[in-house]
Amino acid sequence: MAEFLNKAVDWLFGWLLQWLFGRSFGEGSWVGYFLASLVHFALIINLVAVGALVFIWMERKVSGRIQDRLGPTRVGGKFGWLQTLADGLKLITKEDTMPGSADRMLFKLAPYVSFCAAIAAFIALPFSSGAVAWVAQHLNVAVFFILAVLGLEVFGVILAGYSSASKWSLFGAMREAAQVVSYEVPLGICAVVPVLLAGSMDLVLIGNLQSGWFTNWYVLHDPFTFIIFFVYLTCATASVNRAPFDLAEAESELVAGFHTEYSGLRWSIFFMAEYGSMLTVSLLASILFLGGWNGPVPVASLLGLSYENGPVLGYLGALLGFLNLLAKGFLGVTVMMWVRWTLPRLRIDQVMTTCLKYCTPIAAVMFLGAALWQVNFLTGVRFPSPNHWFPAAQYGVVHEPLPEAVLSEDAPEQASERAAESDEVAVARVARSVGGR
Amino acid sequence: MDLYWPSVFFLLFAALACGFGLAVVFTSNVVHMAFYLILSLGATAGLFFLAGADFVAAMQLLIYVGGTLVLLIFGVMLTAQGPFISMRTRGGEWVLAALVGGSLLAVLLQIAFSMPEWRGPSREVAEQAVQRHTATRLGMGLLGARVDRLEEEDAEIRRGMSGYLLPFEIVSVHLLVVLIGAAYLARAKRRGIPAGEAPRDGTTRG
Repeated sequence: MAEFLNKAVDWLFGWLLQWLFGRSFGEGSWVGYFLASLVHFALIINLVAVGALVFIWMERKVSGRIQDRLGPTRVGGKFGWLQTLADGLKLITKEDTMPGSADRMLFKLAPYVSFCAAIAAFIALPFSSGAVAWVAQHLNVAVFFILAVLGLEVFGVILAGYSSASKWSLFGAMREAAQVVSYEVPLGICAVVPVLLAGSMDLVLIGNLQSGWFTNWYVLHDPFTFIIFFVYLTCATASVNRAPFDLAEAESELVAGFHTEYSGLRWSIFFMAEYGSMLTVSLLASILFLGGWNGPVPVASLLGLSYENGPVLGYLGALLGFLNLLAKGFLGVTVMMWVRWTLPRLRIDQVMTTCLKYCTPIAAVMFLGAALWQVNFLTGVRFPSPNHWFPAAQYGVVHEPLPEAVLSEDAPEQASERAAESDEVAVARVARSVGGR
Repeated sequence: MDLYWPSVFFLLFAALACGFGLAVVFTSNVVHMAFYLILSLGATAGLFFLAGADFVAAMQLLIYVGGTLVLLIFGVMLTAQGPFISMRTRGGEWVLAALVGGSLLAVLLQIAFSMPEWRGPSREVAEQAVQRHTATRLGMGLLGARVDRLEEEDAEIRRGMSGYLLPFEIVSVHLLVVLIGAAYLARAKRRGIPAGEAPRDGTTRG
């Protein structure tokens, strides 16, 4: 998307730069790229920060309703929708305390480490797909990158727990570390299943392959993916330390866990990171299992909002997909809140049992089942051609059918038909011949 | 002004990696060391991203930055006697470290200066390399197809280039064995505890 934004920014700010510097900046100049990256960065930061603002208000309202209360009602006139802002003002004015024996540098840095990790995951997360994918950096291995970065958030928590020089903090951090490290295993196995079905770790491709009606979603692909979706939800809830897995901040035992010694804005940065990663895992679940930007009903294509009918309509379709994905992400976060305020907290040994004795074996068996289902009942393993890098780079062709590696007899003939083949097509061809052997 | 920005970013990430590497050496607090090591490894991942090797970069983040350092901190925090441990390096250790580091530096410098020709970055080559998307080739190579060697004319030689399926399988099975072994070693040992006697476990440790 950088190229596209670069052009847009060039067009928008061209006159401004002309006026300021007295000269124009051509295509590919560093000013355009700098402004484009700034736009990406601002959008991501805003999504996380404003998202946290909304989520904290939602958390109050949802928990209120579940407990038969009203939640905040006054601030902002109706529904207490400015409550989080008032909380923020309070947090800014609070004193930034630090224990005397704390490790000063690490204590001050720890919240930012968590927050950076939470933000970094959004770099590779696509939000919609049209002529260009709506993603800050289109990565070939986006699933892998997001899982890797999600695991880094725990590092800030460990640093906070260690540097606070407090037993409660240290205990909380140790629990969180143990929990996150063990839940990464089933989470990874769950995320691998859509990757297997799509034949790619590219989230844009995974989202595009589920276009159309909701029956194309990977959660409804076969019984195994249906089960593994719920395993993913469990593991995702655990890996972002939400109740019933919030052992790291168990109020009844550990005061407040790893953030016992934090106050004011530093404390709130931990919470922004937590809500940010809740949104990340929800959006990831939406893209991997729930069709991403492709709704239950393909409204955009039914209304003709595609790039075949012109760039403006195509853009509107992509915008609809973006709103669709955000709605799914918010729904996922709401489900996490519902679970948090419904279920009691588990003990640490129960958390570990859930991971090692239930989630991991179930995920492994379902992974095997999904692979067997794909090979035996469907088209075989899919080896997409990386020509699909920008699926609609040429306007109009949004979902060109992928060259499928059908495990059948006529595969070599098909392969030999392609006389002039690029390197990427050669990948698919070799895949066929390997499969046919 | 026509700067080649990938070079600038290369220098930036390389300087970060080296700087934090030096910080690891010159810090005495173990947790600070781990923190700087994470930043150094993260900067190395940035270098890989810059080179267009997305897969290796994500691998670097997952394995080195994520896994190893979480375990390192686990080890440090579980084994620490005092609240903030500090390491004092003795003279002998300095000598040993200088010997090892110096010999490695000598090898690397020799290789670096034995390059026949140093060229500046060529924009065309760099952009082509970034467009390559290496993950698919890596995956195919591990599955037994060398897509980067399709031009081989000789059929006999081509049959020999069957990728890395066997090493991949060996490593996979090896890792599985290690995993099962770790689970076996770490399992709760509950045998022969007489009734009435409290089981001894690690709950006394803070």
